[in-house]
Amino acid sequence: MSAESLTLDKPRSPRRPAARRNNFELYSWLFMRLSGLALVVLVLGHLFIMNILDDGVHRINFAFVAGRWASPFWQFWDLAMLWLAQLHGGNGMRTIIEDYARKDTTRFWLKMLLYASIALILAVGTLVIFTFDPNIAG
Amino acid sequence: MASPTPTDTAAHDTSQIPAPEGSITVTVRVLRFNPEFDDEPHWESYDVPALPTDRVLNLLINIKSYVDGTLSFRRSCAHGICGSDAMQINGVNRLACKVLIKDLLAKGNKRTTISVAPIKGLPQMKDLYVDMEPFFEAFKAVKPYLIAYGNEPTHERIQSQADRERFDDTTKCILCACCTTSCPVFWSDGSYFGPAAIVNAHRFIFDSRDEGSEERLDILNDTEGVWRCRTTFNCTDACPRGIQVTKAIQEVKQALLFKRV
Repeated sequence: MSAESLTLDKPRSPRRPAARRNNFELYSWLFMRLSGLALVVLVLGHLFIMNILDDGVHRINFAFVAGRWASPFWQFWDLAMLWLAQLHGGNGMRTIIEDYARKDTTRFWLKMLLYASIALILAVGTLVIFTFDPNIAG
Repeated sequence: MASPTPTDTAAHDTSQIPAPEGSITVTVRVLRFNPEFDDEPHWESYDVPALPTDRVLNLLINIKSYVDGTLSFRRSCAHGICGSDAMQINGVNRLACKVLIKDLLAKGNKRTTISVAPIKGLPQMKDLYVDMEPFFEAFKAVKPYLIAYGNEPTHERIQSQADRERFDDTTKCILCACCTTSCPVFWSDGSYFGPAAIVNAHRFIFDSRDEGSEERLDILNDTEGVWRCRTTFNCTDACPRGIQVTKAIQEVKQALLFKRV
């Protein structure tokens, strides 16, 4: 391409910031779809076990939770649910903030608050699942 | 943009407008704004005679010709081809030259009221006249022209009917901005490319003669690109040319996702 044809590219149009050329938005879009599918199974399964199966909520107590978390399967289930729900919901909130925040500073601080809360809940939740001590009551 | 105020100002003398046989009187409410006098847009009502076969554009032209010459709106061909007279008619984006009065008539013997406002999301400059520059900036940014490298062929660039069919739908775009200004993401974030720009990118991305697909896909893969689309289908509903706009956007997403055009 000659220099002349380059200068004729988009004549007199206001400048738009150059594309960032990364796939972040693509992957976050894809993640929303996949994690959404996984969460349908995880969350509905969780609700079914906790609220409907056997005596539902009435049988839930410390021993019940301790009994479930004794199995690595349920530990993994809850861990996956925690991480997927946090990241899925967090990414959704990020999009809403991008849409509705009017000022760049508002947008920045709302996003920081969001990321901090995601990190905190992920850290505390993961810590509990892995360090849960069933003998603490005794 | 300020929200429309509910108070309508005093009635206008519309007796000069010729009323042909068979015409009925309808009320046209126009969201008017004169930047020299008004702080914000306000509604004004005009009781005008209309034939069921009239278009909304006829009523606006009558108001401009016989009642108030300062009423501003764009129109050029008046036959749904140039895409100049996109406006919000009864809350939906339509071309004023393609909407017939008979389709807007109130049921029973009630008085018909037609509300006409400028398309949303672009700066209102005067009455129904908006600044289209942000819209065309996004259009230009997707490079809506044939990009081909190497030597020019000595004969035409041949294409099969099936290859032509691939992007046939998106060639119909007339750049009226009905779709982009019906998009809630565009309303809140004016830097989103918007459906119209993506439609025009689609027209070249899927053209077998074009070699710039990757450049355009790169542009649309960005923060303000196709991933902002929420598939609300407002654009498909609004398109006066019947383009499946949301489908075109999804096809661009698909091309990005599977790295295949």
